[in-house]
Amino acid sequence: MTWKQMFTSSVGKKFVMALTGIFLISFLVVHVGLNACIWANDNGKMFNVAAHFMGTTILVRIMEIGLFLGIIVHLVQGYILNLQNQKRRSVGYAVEYGNRGSKWYSRSMGLLGTLLLLFLIMHIWHFWTPSRFGGMWSVQPLSEVTYPGTQIEYHNLYAEMLTVFQNPIIVILYVIGCISLAYHLMHGFESSFRTVGVHNNRYLTLIRYTGRGFSIIVSLAFAMMPVSMYLGWVK
Amino acid sequence: MEHYNMDLTLKIWRQKNRQSKGGFRTYEVKNISSEMSFLEMIDVLNEQLIMEGKEDPIAFDHDCREGICGMCSMYINGKPHGPWKATTVCQLHMRAFKNGETITVEPWRANSFPVVKDLVTDRSAFDRIIQAGGYISVNTGNAVDGNSVAVDKEKSDKAFYAAACIACGACVAACKNSSAMLFVSAKVSHLGLLPQGAPERQTRVVSMVAQMDKEGFGSCTNIQACEAACPKEISITNIARLNGEYLSAGLTMENKLTT
Ligand code: HEM
Ligand code: FES
Repeated sequence: MTWKQMFTSSVGKKFVMALTGIFLISFLVVHVGLNACIWANDNGKMFNVAAHFMGTTILVRIMEIGLFLGIIVHLVQGYILNLQNQKRRSVGYAVEYGNRGSKWYSRSMGLLGTLLLLFLIMHIWHFWTPSRFGGMWSVQPLSEVTYPGTQIEYHNLYAEMLTVFQNPIIVILYVIGCISLAYHLMHGFESSFRTVGVHNNRYLTLIRYTGRGFSIIVSLAFAMMPVSMYLGWVK
Repeated sequence: MEHYNMDLTLKIWRQKNRQSKGGFRTYEVKNISSEMSFLEMIDVLNEQLIMEGKEDPIAFDHDCREGICGMCSMYINGKPHGPWKATTVCQLHMRAFKNGETITVEPWRANSFPVVKDLVTDRSAFDRIIQAGGYISVNTGNAVDGNSVAVDKEKSDKAFYAAACIACGACVAACKNSSAMLFVSAKVSHLGLLPQGAPERQTRVVSMVAQMDKEGFGSCTNIQACEAACPKEISITNIARLNGEYLSAGLTMENKLTT
């Protein structure tokens, strides 16, 4: 077997999906943890310092390139697989098979992924571009803050968040994004481990419940961020 | 279970041959006994059609009529093999239906299973997948003593559960991706778990997956519809096992045979 065969056969393409998926999940752990700093209720100091660390540490910046590549590979491969799989039944059934054995969200990974992609574009535009290019290229203006005891100017991403999340429509779009994430992972978390060959039922059970817990807790935490800002729980 | 008779309306897919378009035709059958199997009910309808002499009887696959050969293949009211769990069409009894019901019967749908005629599909793709690696090589000579090959009980049980697969193709019919992974993984597990299948463990999984792809089956997204449709209740854990076997083959095999 060649490397090419290993990653381009039907099983191989799923390895790519699963490995990039697991990588994206690991990113979510970091992202949700870091963003939770907004709830320190210190006017965003802890959050801004943490974001500054992420934005200025070379290793993190290299991983950021990996993250973008991971997302691109994941969604391109996802769309290709989805399209190919749809074409394998030219004449459909008169009576649909329906729900027996499978969940609607497990059959809708492409749709949920598309919602996630739309969300990501909006999300990157709101926060990533200003934080990376705001100062330099004036793509979007971003205020700076300094904190007592340091000379460093920090991008005030926290203020950016507060501004963005004053708009109820954007808050709703973020919540929809988080719901899509929850359902995408409800299936994706367990599925990715099955795809890379975990078949011991002890582990599968563990992964199933961890996956469900993870999907719900992480998505809920993300959703609560814009909501808490809109409702003024953090200022 | 109380015995009863029923009248039914049947919407059945009719198609002359591979090339023709095909469509549904509606038939009425009367006085069907609840004790009959679904295939016997179709037999009654076919006799009716032959007597009338207006159209050909309905072509459908069947052989053993006792749930072990995997030939019967009808997609009934949206379900491969009909409404009962863990049942082939030949073992589906008419007591699953009520008097006056309308039943829609379609062939398996997948480009890799082209319709040959009416409800008969060409499932030789499965045979070619088996030919690619679903076997063990046994040398000729004296038979070895059965007890000389030790088999772990847990593994032998798992191998036998997987070996229950009758290759009917309901997994493909149920899968939104028309994936054959439940079938292929059942064969890979059945042979790979046993010591007799161990020598070809890696080449088997690679060759069978390659043939499966060549036949045009889709990729598995672990949605589990196949498991629910399987008359032998083959577990999708087998699919995860195949994935693991494929990964380990991918990581350890040479590009091609070298010395
Ligand atoms: C935060 C972002 C995302 C995460 C954490 C994530 C995670 C995952 C995981 C773990 C899987 C399961 C892989 C498997 O079954 O082996 C998966 C599958 C998939 N993802 Fe994503 N994904 C993300 C974003 C996206 C996006 C933006 C798309 C856009 C198209 C997408 C489309 C898909 C598709 C089509 C599948 C295939 C479904 C399947 O094979 O069962 N995902 N994803
Ligand atoms: S006819 Fe053999 S399984 Fe139904």
